Amino acid sequence: MDFSLGEDRQMLVDSLGRFLSDRFPFAARNAVAFEGTGWSRAIWTQMAELGAVGALFEESVGGFGGSSFDVGVVFGEIGRALVTGPWLAALQAGHVLAAAGEVEGLASLIAGESVIGLAQEEAGTAFDPAAIETRATRVGDGWVLDGVKTVVSCAGSLDRLLVVARAGEGLSTFLVDKSAPGLFVRDYLLADGGSAGDVTFAATPGVPVGEIGQAGPVLEQARSLALVALSWEAVAVMDTLRAMTLDYLRTRKQFGIPIGKFQALQHRMATLALEIEQARSAAINAADRYRGDRLERERAASAAKVTIGKVGSLVAEEAIQMHGGIGMTWELALSHYAKRLIMIGHELGDEDFHLARYIELGQEDAFALA
Amino acid sequence: MDLTFTPEEEAFRDEVRAFLAENLPQRLSDKTRRGQHLTKAEHEEWHAILNSRGWFANHWPVDWGGPGWSVMQRFIFETETALAHAPRILPFGVSMIGPVLLKYGSEEQKRKWLPRILDGSDWWCQGYSEPGAGSDLAGLKTSAVRDGDHYVVNGQKTWTTLAQFANMMFCLVRTSTEGKKQDGISFLLIDMATPGIEVRPIRLLSGDHEVNEVFFTDVRVPVENLVGEENRGWTYAKYLLTYERTNIAGVGSSMSAFEELKEIARTERRNGRPLAQDPHFAARLARLEIELENMKTTNLRVLAAAGAGAAPVAESSMLKIRGTEIRQQIDDLMRRAAGQFARPWVPEAFEGGWNGQPVGPDWAGPVATQYFNNRKLSIFGGSNEVQREIITKAILEL
Repeated sequence: MDFSLGEDRQMLVDSLGRFLSDRFPFAARNAVAFEGTGWSRAIWTQMAELGAVGALFEESVGGFGGSSFDVGVVFGEIGRALVTGPWLAALQAGHVLAAAGEVEGLASLIAGESVIGLAQEEAGTAFDPAAIETRATRVGDGWVLDGVKTVVSCAGSLDRLLVVARAGEGLSTFLVDKSAPGLFVRDYLLADGGSAGDVTFAATPGVPVGEIGQAGPVLEQARSLALVALSWEAVAVMDTLRAMTLDYLRTRKQFGIPIGKFQALQHRMATLALEIEQARSAAINAADRYRGDRLERERAASAAKVTIGKVGSLVAEEAIQMHGGIGMTWELALSHYAKRLIMIGHELGDEDFHLARYIELGQEDAFALA
Repeated sequence: MDLTFTPEEEAFRDEVRAFLAENLPQRLSDKTRRGQHLTKAEHEEWHAILNSRGWFANHWPVDWGGPGWSVMQRFIFETETALAHAPRILPFGVSMIGPVLLKYGSEEQKRKWLPRILDGSDWWCQGYSEPGAGSDLAGLKTSAVRDGDHYVVNGQKTWTTLAQFANMMFCLVRTSTEGKKQDGISFLLIDMATPGIEVRPIRLLSGDHEVNEVFFTDVRVPVENLVGEENRGWTYAKYLLTYERTNIAGVGSSMSAFEELKEIARTERRNGRPLAQDPHFAARLARLEIELENMKTTNLRVLAAAGAGAAPVAESSMLKIRGTEIRQQIDDLMRRAAGQFARPWVPEAFEGGWNGQPVGPDWAGPVATQYFNNRKLSIFGGSNEVQREIITKAILEL
C-alpha cells in the first residue's frame, strides 16, 4: 500500500503550484474571475504548456498521463489557486474524443490551441442524462442540432463545444464549432467566479463523435472521471480553508486571548479536520476504484460526491463562522474558497442526487446477486 | 498511489483465514456473532489458541514472544479475526500492561509477568478512573504511602472492566501531593487477593455486569511491584493510552457488523418490501456505508504513515472518534431495523446455550442491549470530547 503521489506526479504538482502562486496569486485571480469571460486564456495556455491538459489524457491518445490520480492532482492545483475556466468540461469532452479515437481534435486541446467545452445539462435534466431532449436530425450528409443547453461552462469564450443530443434511441455526441450558424449564447458570470452560458441550437450543424446512439456509457465514464477531479479539487479547497482558519484561530484575539483557546471553537475545528480526512479518503477511493469495474467505479464516484457535498458545506460554513465578520467580506480570500466549495456541490449532481444514485447502484448489485 | 496489498500481505491474509477456519471454534464465533457474553474460560480458551500459534502478543518484540509483524499485518489480522466473528483479544494484559512493562519495567518484572500474560496465568484489570477522576485522570486521589518494604494503598477505583475475573490490577496511585498533579502519580501492580480489596459490580443501563468499583482499605503492596520510578507513573500511563492504536477505529469489527446489518436490510421486510428498499432506511444505510468506506481508507493512510515512522497523534484521535461513531450508528440502525422487536428484553438469550423461543427474528434479541452497551464507546478510552482536545492541541499548536 502506497499513498504517495509518486515522483512524476509530485513534479507536476510542484511546477503547477509554483506557476500558479507566482503568476496567478489571489488578487490576479479575482481580477479575472468576475470580469468579462471570467477566466484567463493566457493562464490556460501557460498551464497547458506546463502539461496540465496533457496530464489528463493517456499517451495512446497524445497525452502523457490520463490515470485518475493524474487527473486528481491537476484539479487539486486548480482548486488550491481557485483557477476558473472550462477545465472540467474539457476533461469530459476530451475523454469522449479520446474514446472515439478523435486524436486530432484532442491534440489541439492538449496543446492549448483550441478549447473544447461540454454542453450537456438542460433545464429539465437535473443531472440525469436520460432526460436530455436536445435533438439531432440527419440532413443530407450531415447532422443538425436543435435544443437549449443550460449553464454551459465558459460557453461564450470557447472554440468548440461537444454537444450531447438524442438521435432516436440513446445519446449521441456532436462537435459544434462556436461560430456555426444557428448557435446563440447568452452568457453570465458565476457566483464563485468564472462564467457559463445558456446555448440555443437552431438547426446548428454538428459532426458526430463516436457511434450514433452509443454515447451513454462513455459519458457516464467521463462524468465519473470528472467526479474524481471535482473531489480532488474540493479537498484542496478544504485544505486551504483549514489552513486559513487555523491561522485565524491562532492570531485573532478576543477577551485578551487567541480565539483558538476557546473550547467551543477547538471542538468545531477538530471536527472539521476529521471530516476533511474522510473527504480526502473518499477522493482517493474514487480515483482508485475508477480503475475497477463499472459498478465499483460509479459507486465510489457517487460516494465521493456525497462526501464532498456533505463535508464541503460544513467546511465552508464553519470556516466563515469561525472567522466571524471578516469571513463575510469579499476582500478576504477565504470567502471565495468557501463559495467555490459550496458551488462544487452544484456541479455534476448534488449530494442528494448522488446518494440516490449510490443506493440504486447498490441495489443493482445486491438484488442481482440475491 | 496503490491501495492494494502486496503479494506477501495477500499471502499473510490467506494464512490468517486458513488459521481461523481451522482453529476458531464455532461455539465461540456463534456467540460473538450473536452478541452473547463469553465466559472467563471462553476468553482464556481463545487467547490460548492464539498463543499456541504465537499470534496472541502480536505487537510484542520477537524476543518476548511476538511474531514480528508489521503494522499492516496487524491490521490484516485484526480485520480478518473480526470478520470471522472471533472474540476480540482482551487488551488489559497483552496490550496494556504488557507494553508498559516492556518499555518501563525492570528485567525482573518482565521475566516475572510477561510469560504469565502469554500463558494466561494472570487476568489483568486496569485501575485508572476514579469517581472524581474521569477525563481529568491526573486528578486521581487513591493514595499509596510507603511503609517499609510496602506501599499502603487507600482509595477507590471505578469502571474497572471485568475486575470480577481479574487476579491482578495495574493501578495508578498518588504518592505525592506536591507540585503538579501529574508529578505525584505512581504505577503499581496489585494482587487482587490482597486483604483490603473489595470488588463491587456496577450494573450498566443495558443490564450487563461488565464494570466494577474497586475499594482499597490499607492494602499492602510490595515495593518491588512499583513500575519504573516513584512519581513518574503519569508518563507510563500516557504511554499505555497511546500504545496500541492500529485497531483504535475498530474497522474490522464495524465491517463485520455492517455486513450483518446489510443482510438484515436485504431480507427483513417492511410494508411489503425489503427494508433496503425503504427510501429512508436505505439513505441511512448508504450514508453509513460511505462513511465506513472512507474510514477504511483513512485508517490505512494512518497505518501507512505510522509504518513509515510518523507519530500520528491527531490522526489516531480522529480514528477513535469516527470509528466509534460509525460503530454506534450501526447499532442504531440494527435497533431501527428490529422495529417493535427491539423492545422485548430476554437476558437469558445473551448467555450461551439458551434454547428458548426468541421473540421476533432471532437477530433482534440483543440489538437494544448492544445499542445501549455501546454508548460506552464514545466515552471510554478518552471520551470523544477529550480526543477533540488532543486533535486541536496537535494541529493548532497554541
